Amino acid sequence: MRGTDIRTPVPTIYGDFAAAHSERWKVQVDALQKKFGQAIEEVRWPGSYPTDVPILFVSKDKVVEVLRELKEGGDFQYEFLADITATDEEVEPRFEVVYNIASLSTGARIRLKVRVRDGEEVPTATGVWDGANWAEREIWDMFGVRFSGHPDLRRILMDERWKGHPLRKDYPLRGYQLFPDTQPINVDLLKD
Amino acid sequence: METQKPHSEFGLPPSENYTISVDIPGQEQDPDDLWKDSRVFVNIGPTHPAMHGALRMCARLNGETIEKSYCEFGYTHRAKEKLGENRTYHNFVVYTDRLNYCSALINNVTYAMAVERLMGIQVPDRAVWIRMVCSEMARVIDHLICVGVNALDLGAFSFFLYGFHQREEAYTLIEKICGARLTTSYTRIGGLMHDAPAGWEREVKDWVVRTRKTVQEMDRLLTNNRIWCDRTQGVGVFTKEQCLRYSYSGPNARASGINRDLRRDQPAMFYKNVEFDVPVGKNGDVFDRYMVRMAEIYQSLNIIAQCAEKMQPGPIWCEDKRVRIPSKDVVHNTMEGLIHHFKFFMTGFDVPAGEAYTSFEATNGELAFYIVSKGGPRAHRMRIRGPSVWHYQGLSEMSQGVKLADMVANLGSINIIAGELDR
Amino acid sequence: MSKDGSASFLTTRLEAMVNWGRKNALWPLPFGTSCCGIEMMATFAADYDIARFGSEALRFSPRQADLLIVAGIVNTKMAPVLKNIYDQMADPKWVISFGACASSGGIFNVYSVTQGIDTIIPVDVYLPGCPPAPEGVLHGLMRLQELIAQGQTHYQRRERARQASKEA
Repeated sequence: MRGTDIRTPVPTIYGDFAAAHSERWKVQVDALQKKFGQAIEEVRWPGSYPTDVPILFVSKDKVVEVLRELKEGGDFQYEFLADITATDEEVEPRFEVVYNIASLSTGARIRLKVRVRDGEEVPTATGVWDGANWAEREIWDMFGVRFSGHPDLRRILMDERWKGHPLRKDYPLRGYQLFPDTQPINVDLLKD
Repeated sequence: METQKPHSEFGLPPSENYTISVDIPGQEQDPDDLWKDSRVFVNIGPTHPAMHGALRMCARLNGETIEKSYCEFGYTHRAKEKLGENRTYHNFVVYTDRLNYCSALINNVTYAMAVERLMGIQVPDRAVWIRMVCSEMARVIDHLICVGVNALDLGAFSFFLYGFHQREEAYTLIEKICGARLTTSYTRIGGLMHDAPAGWEREVKDWVVRTRKTVQEMDRLLTNNRIWCDRTQGVGVFTKEQCLRYSYSGPNARASGINRDLRRDQPAMFYKNVEFDVPVGKNGDVFDRYMVRMAEIYQSLNIIAQCAEKMQPGPIWCEDKRVRIPSKDVVHNTMEGLIHHFKFFMTGFDVPAGEAYTSFEATNGELAFYIVSKGGPRAHRMRIRGPSVWHYQGLSEMSQGVKLADMVANLGSINIIAGELDR
Repeated sequence: MSKDGSASFLTTRLEAMVNWGRKNALWPLPFGTSCCGIEMMATFAADYDIARFGSEALRFSPRQADLLIVAGIVNTKMAPVLKNIYDQMADPKWVISFGACASSGGIFNVYSVTQGIDTIIPVDVYLPGCPPAPEGVLHGLMRLQELIAQGQTHYQRRERARQASKEA
């Protein structure tokens, strides 16, 4: 019993997820690697690495094209953007931006990661999914990773006058900040 | 005519509930022309009664029509993702209650599933059945609140009272298994806090019968009501394509014709062993969202009845010693048990390194925990994917060009819960 | 207060009557932000029926309410809004801090959360619980009614002090 982890499949309760889609993933990742070559930096497979779905590490410049290919091209059909988030790894390259996407027709999921150094920008995915807008704003707010080409990159959860990025590992859990008045209306956003 | 300063110069608007300034900043206005072009800026929220807690929308109106708007949130941000990195896996169960507080049990169940999946733990059958009953009961409660409050916003008060009465009865049942009403913290990693008391299944079945009757009454009360239909049909239409662009999931997506239900398409627990339908709408308006929720209440009640039928007595804890909380008998009578207990609660248990994105069909849509573990008793990253964020993002587009009063109907129908919106 | 310094019979009786009237017609402004807001709604709904205590007239405008029920978390982004709303309320006014988050920050001792709304506005009654059950809410309301009858709320004490300083 000791030492079991996600590599141990638990089929009856959580669905035999990896078993159902492993063939499809192999074909799809091969096709992607053929098309994008060096842009797919690394692939981590469930079974050898403790993860539930394959993780594709994509180079920063190509990530939007890969996402668009996964959404629209061929027989990928990953048309549902489940989540965009980031992790703080504390060593350079410090951040990993994580894209979790899913397919409505097949039910498969796949994960893309982009390694970013502190201060570098990632191209925005808002051109592929409009819904990426707020998720990327949240990453900017929480981690301080900027997205180039984003239409409206402002803070979202915290006040606009907030200093620092709370989900970075070096931000203290109790780093309170107080403001004397409410965040004012941004009239510029309401103009045509 | 005395011109007003734009809001940005005021800093703080004079009233947080409604702020109206007649002038468009930077544009000269002829006083005789005032009512020809009656554009106003309105700030709704964050404490407006129709804004469901702490949402804020700033809009530019022409008459009563919303010309342009943007939404703001973060007014109940409680740093749950940061707390997930600073609390042990066992402690974090408490914080999951406060995500979607109308259906806390579903959050508990999803979180427990996420950690168990990372650790490769399988829980016994009875625990799974109880978890399923709890999830569906929470779904019924949440949908009752959602349709009730949506109707309340549009003026149907007695409908809301019917829903809330039935919800109280459900809370009596939930109190019997965990002692709390709203914030349950019922699941544990690898099991449940308590077993259901004797006779609970029978009470659940009785409750299902009574609730079905009440929901039928509510159905008769509102669904064919002329005022309700006029206020909701064709209002707040969100097409299938728009839903996909904004990653809508759950009842809101199904109302627009996206046939996707994670309970069926990605079967977790024993959803393969029960029969249920997935109601799918067509028009994607406020009325369809209401209808999908009402139909889902019936389906959930069916599932609960089937689960209560299939539930067998048995253990509720997995055998895995890593996560199993030692019984009080062992703790009080043996040294090893006491040490185990102390270590368990003070330092927590280690979760092997790995990462998983575990999603489940919560009441509003795809609720997911993306946990990255680097070993040790605390997560390296605890990402919570709340469906409300993605739904709220579409509100601005959904309310483009509609009347201000219809925006309230739209907002109520997509059921934004501030807890999982702000996390 | 009469000229020789003894308490005047008429004034005290009048004040008692005014307090009696005030305590039985508390018009709440529900400032519900999160989980506690749902339990507050349950208190207003049919099963617990706060109308039995004369508080069913919900007023969403601060100008018309005299009881501010702060139900749920008040974080640093929301704190100026709360202060603003409290300032807009006309006297006499009372505040109930509903639940652990509003009273002390509760389990959320983190960067974004105000550690208790009493750092922003004066609070008369604190309701414990996360969230308090509706029975607890009714108990808290009755406790506030007692305090008003005794003249021990923040508003009344402040008012008495103001009167005293004016006479002095």
